[in-house]
Amino acid sequence: MTFGIVYIALLMLLLLAGIWTVMTLNLLKSAIGLAITSAILSLLLFLMAAPLAGVFELSVCAGLITVVFISAISLTKPLTGTEARARDHSRVKRFILLPVIIVAVAWGLYVMHPHLDLPLPAADVERDVRQVFWNIRRIDLVGQILVILAGVFGVVILFKDHPDTKGEIPRTPDAGRRTTDKDRPDTKEGTPA
Amino acid sequence: MPVLLIIVPLLALLVLNLPWMRLMNRLALWVGLILCLIQFFLVLHSPSFFWEAPPLWLGRLFLFAPSLDYLSLVMFLAIAIVGASALLVCRYSIHDLLEPVKPGACSHKRFLVINLLILALTGMNGVVLANDLFSLYVFLEITAVASYILIVAEKGRDAFEGAFKYLVMSAVATALILAAIALLMLTAGDLSYANIKLAMSASSDSHIVLAAVAMLVVGLFIKGGLIPFHGWLPDAYSAAPAAVSVLLAGIVTKTTGVYTLIRIVLSVIGFSDTLENLLLLIGAASMLVGALAALGQSDFKRMLAYSSISQVGYMVLGLGAGTILGLAGSIFHLFNHAIFKSLLFVNAAAVEQQTGTRDMNRMGGIAEKMPVTGCTSIIAFLSTAGIPPLAGFWSKLIIIVALWQSGHIAYAVLAILASLLTLAYFLSMQRRVFFGKLAAGFENLKEANVWILIPACVLAAITIGVGIGIPWLFETFLLPIRSLL
Amino acid sequence: MMAYTQALFSAGIIFTVLLAVAALYCLLFSRNLIRILIGLELLTKSVTLLIALAGHITGHMALAQTMIITLIVIEVVVIAVAAGIVIGAQRHNQSLDVRMLRNLKG
Repeated sequence: MTFGIVYIALLMLLLLAGIWTVMTLNLLKSAIGLAITSAILSLLLFLMAAPLAGVFELSVCAGLITVVFISAISLTKPLTGTEARARDHSRVKRFILLPVIIVAVAWGLYVMHPHLDLPLPAADVERDVRQVFWNIRRIDLVGQILVILAGVFGVVILFKDHPDTKGEIPRTPDAGRRTTDKDRPDTKEGTPA
Repeated sequence: MPVLLIIVPLLALLVLNLPWMRLMNRLALWVGLILCLIQFFLVLHSPSFFWEAPPLWLGRLFLFAPSLDYLSLVMFLAIAIVGASALLVCRYSIHDLLEPVKPGACSHKRFLVINLLILALTGMNGVVLANDLFSLYVFLEITAVASYILIVAEKGRDAFEGAFKYLVMSAVATALILAAIALLMLTAGDLSYANIKLAMSASSDSHIVLAAVAMLVVGLFIKGGLIPFHGWLPDAYSAAPAAVSVLLAGIVTKTTGVYTLIRIVLSVIGFSDTLENLLLLIGAASMLVGALAALGQSDFKRMLAYSSISQVGYMVLGLGAGTILGLAGSIFHLFNHAIFKSLLFVNAAAVEQQTGTRDMNRMGGIAEKMPVTGCTSIIAFLSTAGIPPLAGFWSKLIIIVALWQSGHIAYAVLAILASLLTLAYFLSMQRRVFFGKLAAGFENLKEANVWILIPACVLAAITIGVGIGIPWLFETFLLPIRSLL
Repeated sequence: MMAYTQALFSAGIIFTVLLAVAALYCLLFSRNLIRILIGLELLTKSVTLLIALAGHITGHMALAQTMIITLIVIEVVVIAVAAGIVIGAQRHNQSLDVRMLRNLKG
């Protein structure tokens, strides 16, 4: 019974944290809200007897991804005061509907009453997650290596500071001249919108 | 042993990135080409030792019994051909600009791009090999991540915009697919295609299963760029570097969207009336809207991208017929499309590189100065429009006949109509770009160099060969599809 | 026992859908590129919850855990790449406003 109460309470907290993340005006607070959502999710995972996944969620999603977001926010240019006020004003207008929609959807779901209308498969024999990983889903590990490799290439390409290459491209007629921003308007002329 | 199609490229990538950068910089292209060639010959000669008997040690090492059938072989062939073309275009169009500027720093943008191309090819091999839903998701993501990075490899402003749109749409699609996987896990407690199909047949009218199927199919529609989820596709294709658009248009969206849809319908969901009607509707809409939108474009690559949406519509339409013939047409058209659309994008790369613009209104009479590019692009466009005896004609014919036979006569007529539209927009393209009076400023235009003429000629030869060899191919290429249903 | 599982499932599904609705709202109505990424992250959170729920209800928690771990690894890579793309777009446009991404049309 306590499981059920804690479960429902955590789900509610998760939703509240999610809504706060979406609604809050400050971008930094939004990123922190995401971290809090992640942390609550990892508590839920612990509750559902998935401790390893919970640890991953806590350290990687609540930790690493927040770091990525905060560095992205700090690497980009903040808004000036008037811009920010204008933005806040239009944001409030756009996002005031969210709680209403959430309540409406919640009521709709409550009426529809989603329930299990299928026979559940037989429960698994008690197995350890490490065993499943190594003995059944080893191909996923290969996939993880590949995806991390892709991430490494991506970070090298995206974050390595190339000097602006536009000026250095040889401008002979048969060498690569890319359409730069400057000559974009005249290439767009005659484009039917 | 087909799992080697994932493992060997992975090992090659790891070796390439050991710290002997200078040498590897030159070797990378050849390694990629050799991988593609090996894959090509493995499919064509299909030595039984490779495809059938998994040796014990390897089976034990990777615990992976992939689903292999005729459909996978066709996909491997297409992946190898398009991959090799993309690598050659990459050699042609991506310059290692910074090398002379900073000799010590050893810039290697082309090296990185080649690595990512190999990575994307590996991911697609994995998509084709996957036999359970979660591995499918993992390999879809590998392909997608490699594609996002490849689109922004040249760092143009449009590239960031195209890549961002692609990323957001693709991530939403992934979330839908994963949610469907989680719901399907409720039925079977397992993720392999076979077990889920078994469990689904036991509870076919469950709302949960219906929701899961709907989310899965919509997710795959987004990945394939079908109407009404096509918004990202022209942006991503036209903003990507030349080599990357060859890969994206030729094979990436077709593997992650269309092949996966065919595979899921065949091995997991199974045909039903509702699904067939949905596929027919979405397919016909994509076919027509894509063709109409292509008519209004003046950017060369954007026009090809809309044409791609239209051709994907044909494939989905063929699948929607729900018969063996329709399936055969769909797969055949997938293969043909991989060849002729890559060829068109290779030509677009050559034209863009030589003239410096993609605006068709500023070109004209280029065929005079670039005869090979002009010729091959005519072959490709005739094949796309379905002019006999080229390859595209046969696959479209099969799809239309299949629609007619299964009683969807209205859709068959629409398919013929869309074919005429295809002819119209390609004629307009040819007239504006390759024929007519030579446009001002192109007097000393030169033909592109050999790196891009090789893939253009090879792809054109395949298109003609498949078209003329159809009586022979019918036995070897189309009849085996019967084993799939 | 069955009623208990039913209640667990219903509550889980309702909250998953609500979280996904909030995330989709954020995706559709945000004008800031970083906020759109935050919306994507929230969407992934709801999917993670759904996988854990499926694993818990069917008693295949070990499988669900391996799925969640792989999912998290992929999620991190996607977000890192996406952040790189957003920063690049910001350098070109001098803005994080999604309305600046209107160059490609037609």
